Amino acid sequence: MSLLKIFDVAGSAVSAQSQRLNVVASNLANVDTVAGPDGTAYKARQVVFQTALMGNSAGALSAGDASAGVRVSTISEDQSPGRRVLDPKHPSADANGYVTYSNVNPVEEMVNMISASRSYQNNVEVMNTARSLLLKTLQIGQ
Amino acid sequence: MINRLTESLDFHAQALTLRAERQRVIASNIANADTPGYKARDFDFAAALREATAGNGAATSGAGGIAQGVMAGSFGGPVALRYAVPAQTNLDNNTVDMDRERSAFVDNSVKYESTLKFINASVRTTMDAMKSYHQS
Repeated sequence: MSLLKIFDVAGSAVSAQSQRLNVVASNLANVDTVAGPDGTAYKARQVVFQTALMGNSAGALSAGDASAGVRVSTISEDQSPGRRVLDPKHPSADANGYVTYSNVNPVEEMVNMISASRSYQNNVEVMNTARSLLLKTLQIGQ
Repeated sequence: MINRLTESLDFHAQALTLRAERQRVIASNIANADTPGYKARDFDFAAALREATAGNGAATSGAGGIAQGVMAGSFGGPVALRYAVPAQTNLDNNTVDMDRERSAFVDNSVKYESTLKFINASVRTTMDAMKSYHQS
């Protein structure tokens, strides 16, 4: 039943997108995190998607594999330097009076969030359609 | 005799199986809309159905080869998946065009349902023909 495999495919995409939303949420929560005593502030994280084969065949994606899900392969950290603000009275200020904040870009994260939310909705719609098609298939001949 | 009863159903059954396969391929494309380097795929439904209902031609091996092949979900023989040509290039080499995939998905599900209707009507016709006139 290939319609049943749609649930595997769309389900893998939904869980990958929710993981992406989770990462966006932690990035946004840490927008104003300042560097600790060790001088390292929160680094923005990014998920990396990878195609996951749902069939029994292993290896690279070929034209023969019909169902291809998605999974999060790694979560990479943005290594760019954090935002530095001159604030000598801040308890976390360094010798020159600068405070290092996290390197999260809120605009980027909001765009990422909208994109993840749209992809999530698309996949939920795919599952709903597959569900109604399956239910109608069960009623053949009645 | 039984063969002739089910002959008309066979065509629609093949069409339904191929529709379900196409639905799965499009669902894979939608799932991988954000995967870097993923190439969108699809197949030519008309050609696939023509090949699947051509009988035991050269492409099939043995009796009912295509039906079993399609049921098992192996596209090695009957259906060849093709890569989509992107309308707009993407920086991460992903060729999924969400507008195209969504319209193909809806189009395919409507046609899946119409094939279901054909099957139901065919079954009903056969059942009506089997009933005696007292029952009708």
